[in-house]
Amino acid sequence: MKTLHILGLALATVLGVSQAGAEELTGTLKNIKDTGAITIGFRDSSIPFSYLDDHQQPVGFAMDICGKIVDAIKNELKLDKLEVKLNPVTSSTRIPLLANGTIDLECGSTTNNAERQKQVAFTNTHFLTASRFVAKKANNLSAIDDLKGKSVVSTAGTTNIKQLTEANAARNLGINIIPAKDHAEAFLMVETDRAAAFVMDDILLASLVAGSKDPSAYAISKDAFSKPEPYGIMLRKDDPAFKKLVDAATAKIYTSGEGLKLYDKWFMQKIPPKGLNLNTPIAPELKAEFAKPSDSPDPDSYKAM
Amino acid sequence: MFANFDFDVIRRSLAYLFLDGMTFTLMLTALAGLGGLAFGTLIAMMRLSGFALLARIAGLYVDFMRSLPLVLVIFWFYFLVPYIGQWLTGASRPIHVGAFASSLITFIMFEAAYFSEIMRAGIQSISKGQPSAAQALGLTYGQTMRYVVLPQAFRNMLPVLLTQTIVLFQDTSLVYVVSIPDFLGAASIVAQRDGRLVEMYLFAALVYFAISCVASFGVRQLQAKIAVVR
Amino acid sequence: MNYHWNWHIFFEPDPTGATTYLDLLLRGLLLTIETALFAWIVALVFGSIVGVMRTLPSRSASWFGFAYVEFFRNMPLLVQLFLWFFVLPELLPRSAGLWLKQLPNAPFYTAGIGIGLYMSARVAEQLRAGIGSLPRGQRMAATALGLTRAQVYRYVLLPMAFRIILPPLTSEFLNTIKNTAVAITIGLIELTGEARSMQEFSFQVFEAFAAATLLYLLLNVVVVTAMRLLERSVAIPGYISGK
Repeated sequence: MKTLHILGLALATVLGVSQAGAEELTGTLKNIKDTGAITIGFRDSSIPFSYLDDHQQPVGFAMDICGKIVDAIKNELKLDKLEVKLNPVTSSTRIPLLANGTIDLECGSTTNNAERQKQVAFTNTHFLTASRFVAKKANNLSAIDDLKGKSVVSTAGTTNIKQLTEANAARNLGINIIPAKDHAEAFLMVETDRAAAFVMDDILLASLVAGSKDPSAYAISKDAFSKPEPYGIMLRKDDPAFKKLVDAATAKIYTSGEGLKLYDKWFMQKIPPKGLNLNTPIAPELKAEFAKPSDSPDPDSYKAM
Repeated sequence: MFANFDFDVIRRSLAYLFLDGMTFTLMLTALAGLGGLAFGTLIAMMRLSGFALLARIAGLYVDFMRSLPLVLVIFWFYFLVPYIGQWLTGASRPIHVGAFASSLITFIMFEAAYFSEIMRAGIQSISKGQPSAAQALGLTYGQTMRYVVLPQAFRNMLPVLLTQTIVLFQDTSLVYVVSIPDFLGAASIVAQRDGRLVEMYLFAALVYFAISCVASFGVRQLQAKIAVVR
Repeated sequence: MNYHWNWHIFFEPDPTGATTYLDLLLRGLLLTIETALFAWIVALVFGSIVGVMRTLPSRSASWFGFAYVEFFRNMPLLVQLFLWFFVLPELLPRSAGLWLKQLPNAPFYTAGIGIGLYMSARVAEQLRAGIGSLPRGQRMAATALGLTRAQVYRYVLLPMAFRIILPPLTSEFLNTIKNTAVAITIGLIELTGEARSMQEFSFQVFEAFAAATLLYLLLNVVVVTAMRLLERSVAIPGYISGK
């Protein structure tokens, strides 16, 4: 039923666009049509959402979703060729680069929250994850209060480092907060004992631990800094036509069952480059969201069916 | 000490490091060097021209660029260039500028300030007799500059200009701060992905050292050769 | 333009709720100054030693000085900082390496020493040029008076050489200040780092960087003025550097 609605909407939009001059393209869509290219921002170590495999090519769950969005755009604008340019981003450059036009879509592991929605827009959620920390098992750190007086690393520009900063002030922990450029660098700091713990979304932590040289040496904390928060693919604000198109494309992916297939590919099977299997079954809240896609920034709005 | 180091990671990533990273670095160095030199010469001429306003603007530009850290200038241009493009072209949205174009503009604008000081010294070192003789021969200001003064200034300042280019080559490594994959960035990506910091950073240091050493040696030879001409 | 200007951001509290953004930037400025001074002292000490070595008659000293300068000049500063910060602790015995890595202000000390040694090569070159520009007669007259080599340098050559190279040393000090920004890559959150932090938390890109730019310009003016006063106070009347 919902699919029919969406197909009908898409058809109407296509017909509407093809009326000569009846509905002019604006914003990002106009840009894409004029230049014949779309630029996607990717991450280098947000496994398994957006990361570099061992041929230095970006792959991942979010990258696949974006691939399908690009196909939808190509169909919508009736382009024979749509060049996909790739631009590396980090947590701290993704928002400015989206705002200044360097990238059109950010396909990674960006948390959708109300504050960010003042600067950018998000499409339907593709994952839910809470903020935790990883540390070497030998150090026996499991609660947030265990971090008192230690050096803790987090990635610059993330909600996690913000939550860590706030928790540090609120609980008076005297933590020495080290900002890292990206997740790989931060994890390396824990690996080389430069930092006692790394605060990040628990799925990313699990992936980094699984892919490390000695996974059994690490433990992810029980305590969480936040409730499970939604990840969304980012696009520019104040561009309703583009958002409508991207929302429609992602909704189609999730409701049609393709979303579940992609989830299975990246979370329940072997992934490049080392053939790791994360073995993370889909959370009931996420499954519910796939059935009814939502771009809400409110963690409480995501409930199991 | 070197027991558990895996130098094989260098061999495996050689293609990526050099074909992607070093190409970016060398192209950026070459193009920014030429662009910076051209723009720098223009600024030097503005400073030495008789017009107080032009000289003032050029002077302020040079002082401004020379007081800021290159890292800060890189951040400015990386985030700012699309907005400038939007303003210049009157577009409705910031225009898309790729990483290479953004770095190129950054380094041309930044290095021009340094090149302009070198060219200014070079132009001022030409004896007054030269432009006077040119004027006596009936050449215009433009022709004097193009055929008499600038060629001599270039030849005199060539060693210093080349040394500044070597400095530029080393400065390009700073695009690391905006995650642009130049040679050092590429080495970093491999280092962090495989957890081989020591091997990759030592290798990167060696390569930069080798290239800069050879280049400075070349400049010294050149300096010895053209010093005689004067 | 789709950018939301907010110049009041400086007076708004940062995520810890403890200070304003302006405070953060000023704290960064202080750290910049501290790191630059630390690095400059290192640069002066090592640079002077190597500079003097390059002017000694001994061939091995001269050659060592040459190798030292070439080593530090032919590697980008960023690469040198990485070597000190990431590579050195791994090459040392485990306990020493661990101690280095867990030092509370590791980025500060690493940046200070790394930038200091990098600049020391340039100071050495300046000093060599300065000593070389002195008339040969100075050294000869001093030896004729019976001064030992060390005394010649201490009482005759170095006092004049340092005065002569004060202007280029000023620009080297300014370079040291600018080079502290490179240390954000090893986690030193000085002025540029704080501006970046501010940009990341508040999304006000232009305000943050504009403030940092202004503070660097201000710092520049202060240092240039101070050095000019220093030049005037140590100038020797009648000599070239005296004004």
